[in-house]
Amino acid sequence: MKKKMTNRDKTFLAVLIPVLILFFAFNTLPMIKGVIYSFTNYRGYGSYDYVGFRNYLDLFTDARVGKSYLFTFKYALAGTILVNVFSLIMALGLNSRIRFKSALRGIYFVPNILGGLVIGYIFSFIFTYILPVVGNTFHIGFLQNSILASEKNAWIGVLIVGVWQAVAMNTIIYISGLQTVPKEVYEASMLDGASKWKEFWKVTFPLVMPFVTINLVLSTKNFLMVFDQIMSLTKGGPAQSTESISYLIYKNGMDGGQFGFQSANAVIFFLVIVAISVFQMTVMNKKEEQL
Amino acid sequence: MKMKRKGKKAKKTNWILTIILMLGTVTVFFPLYMAIIIAFKQPSEMTNDVAGALAFPAKWSFDNFRQAMEVTDFWHSLGNSILITVITIVLAILIHSIAGYVIARGMAKKKSFRFAYLYIVSGMFVPFSILMMPLVKQTAQMGLGNRAGVILLYLVFYMPMNVLLYAGYMKNIPVALEEAADIDGASSWKTFWKIIFPMLMPMHATVAILTALGTWNDVMTPLVIMSGTGQNTLPLAQLNFQTQFGTNYNLAFASYILALIPILIFYIICQKQILDGVANGAVKG
Repeated sequence: MKKKMTNRDKTFLAVLIPVLILFFAFNTLPMIKGVIYSFTNYRGYGSYDYVGFRNYLDLFTDARVGKSYLFTFKYALAGTILVNVFSLIMALGLNSRIRFKSALRGIYFVPNILGGLVIGYIFSFIFTYILPVVGNTFHIGFLQNSILASEKNAWIGVLIVGVWQAVAMNTIIYISGLQTVPKEVYEASMLDGASKWKEFWKVTFPLVMPFVTINLVLSTKNFLMVFDQIMSLTKGGPAQSTESISYLIYKNGMDGGQFGFQSANAVIFFLVIVAISVFQMTVMNKKEEQL
Repeated sequence: MKMKRKGKKAKKTNWILTIILMLGTVTVFFPLYMAIIIAFKQPSEMTNDVAGALAFPAKWSFDNFRQAMEVTDFWHSLGNSILITVITIVLAILIHSIAGYVIARGMAKKKSFRFAYLYIVSGMFVPFSILMMPLVKQTAQMGLGNRAGVILLYLVFYMPMNVLLYAGYMKNIPVALEEAADIDGASSWKTFWKIIFPMLMPMHATVAILTALGTWNDVMTPLVIMSGTGQNTLPLAQLNFQTQFGTNYNLAFASYILALIPILIFYIICQKQILDGVANGAVKG
């Protein structure tokens, strides 16, 4: 028996070690390299020197970086709230006694299977040629020109596309959350004579709380990392008003000769994502436990 | 919306809500409808009013599609997308399942496996941005700045989620099963492939679907890793040929439709599995 166990242990290690090496080589190692580059003035080619924390100090005074953080946070906050409100309403609707339930669920998921880049190109046309006509017809001022061309409104265009795609995903997750609520719970609250509004906030919502956590963490993370839609809708413009952090790192790090500087930006970005995710999960976990 | 429903009538179909939800599908269909209409039109039909974009074309002609296929080297890009996605899925199922199994079973007894689990799963929080620039250098140096490199990277990027899913699912499979096989003298390696692997079927479907949706539509990885090879994936082709479309929106939209069709067909065929897979992944994750 003892020999069998060691054989099993050997097999386990023979699987685990290569997997760990693979993961280390293409995830941890590049991350370490990224951290090292962040302390250099490397341009992506040629020679470079170590500059200590200068990149990090410069990050905080760089107007363009600051602008990209402001845009990304504004976008992620608005996106996360809108997506979760819409998805929960959609899920309640799609989970109630309606006809064509599976067909409707299927249709509403379509935006999520389509790639963000191509969808961005299609919406770009809508924003540029369709909405201005609507704006002119009904005299809606801010729609009369392409919203993507406006420094003030372009982010709303990116937001619409991001939300359009993300609602599809989060709705499915909320539906599976609603399905975990046992029927008896509703029956009980009906006997108590609770109104539907009250039933939702007092019964349904607390029970789907774990799914709210999943959806909040998922959508915040995805919105923070927005890239494809920026690439196809605005390329960061106009006047860098929709330049997301990912896009800026890609653009200036890969082509702009700021390899070292943008590596520092990426390190800070990573820490921000971890901090936000951990914060969300601890806060939400506390809420879940209280119930 | 839902509040309308009142106590005793609960068993009845809620038609008002059904109709509202049906009308709401316009938000999904409108962009697709518009894209299809434009793709079939000629540039001369693109007047400056809404009708220019939304009215039926004078003649349903596939010329734009034919031309778009040539301009974007469609079949080649489609082939690359299929190749990358399929190989990634197959390898992900094989490698991530055994990794998830080994880690889940090892975790029960050893701290080192528990540590390995946390190490891999925490990779979920690493944004591609921080890996991107070093990875471009690294893959180029290793001769992996190509399709094989993209597949390898996907296997690493999806490892945290997939290992989490597989390891979580192992809780449903009793250890007694393996112990019985062990007593019969089967090796652990054989036990996994013969007994455990088939039992992981529901998770294989979930992993395949989540991995497929992610890799098929991904732009960033092929963009930075394969840029030197002249090879395109379907989304990458749309990006790289954007300048060639110029102001010919009809040609561009024909190309977009072509890029969307494969995944739409796949979705129509496997809709139920995809929705189940996504829901399953979220619940377990």
